Amino acid sequence: MPEPLKFTYDINGENFASAGEASMQIKKELRSLGFAPETIRRVSIAMYEGEINMVIHAGGGVAEVLVCPEKIEITLTDHGPGIPDIDLAMQEGYSTAPDAIRSIGFGAGMGLPNMKKYTDEMIIESEVQKGTKVFMRVDVK
Amino acid sequence: MKIEVVKQLLGAQVVCGEEHLDTDVFSACGSDMMSDVLAYVKDQAVLLTGLVNEQVIRTAAMMDMKCIVFVRNKRPTPQMVDLAECNGIVVMTSPLRMFEACGKLYEGGLNRDGATDA
Ligand SMILES: Nc1ncnc2c1ncn2[C@@H]1O[C@H](COP(=O)(O)OP(=O)(O)OP(=O)(O)O)[C@@H](O)[C@H]1O
Ligand SMILES: [Mg+2]
Repeated sequence: MPEPLKFTYDINGENFASAGEASMQIKKELRSLGFAPETIRRVSIAMYEGEINMVIHAGGGVAEVLVCPEKIEITLTDHGPGIPDIDLAMQEGYSTAPDAIRSIGFGAGMGLPNMKKYTDEMIIESEVQKGTKVFMRVDVK
Repeated sequence: MKIEVVKQLLGAQVVCGEEHLDTDVFSACGSDMMSDVLAYVKDQAVLLTGLVNEQVIRTAAMMDMKCIVFVRNKRPTPQMVDLAECNGIVVMTSPLRMFEACGKLYEGGLNRDGATDA
């Protein structure tokens, strides 16, 4: 892999059933590129949580993944409602998800802390009523 | 424990992945909250759940789990079965309730703790 590889996915916000397809795709790509299972797992879980967030909280968005031999970078961009208080959103258990979301298995307020746990760097930029951008980097060890 | 034994202990019916019943698994978790599975589970190979949607299969796939058991005879949709097959995941349904199903597996020796310290 001499050049970094770039993958871009449109994340459909209308269809909960298809949420996670991009993360599945990336998992397959990383596997065929020969990355270690632990690296693949960290990238997949972090991206999947972020992808689900874009679908349930922001009406969809775009996922871009840059794959280099030494690191994998994920950028998730949406034009949803934004996050008014990022520190609060990062707390375990904080969720604004309605009960309808909990009945389909999400909304425990664990996604953002989990994304942080599985990545080496995570930066959230968000503006209310404009949208949210989440950048994550996983170093290949 | 072989997945075949999980099947027997739970009186389960295999929906897909029959060819992987010989795989060894060492721990399991039971949850209807995929958020919690993603956050707390580390090395569990078997997911028991009463939730039926595509995200159950994707969650298990992301975590490299090997087997999903739907309790209370819940049946996955054909789309879910396709997704599981693509990922080499065994899917089965058991007539048992969650509590009983977890108990049988624990008692049967599937009791290694694979959760994170979180
Ligand atoms: N892309 C986003 N756009 C707007 N708000 C968001 C976005 N991502 C997260 N949030 C806000 O941050 C809160 C916490 O997110 P987090 O992923 O930790 O939990 P959750 O999605 O509510 O539940 P879980 O991830 O456990 O299923 C959300 O409830 C929501 O209010
Ligand atoms: Mg979330």
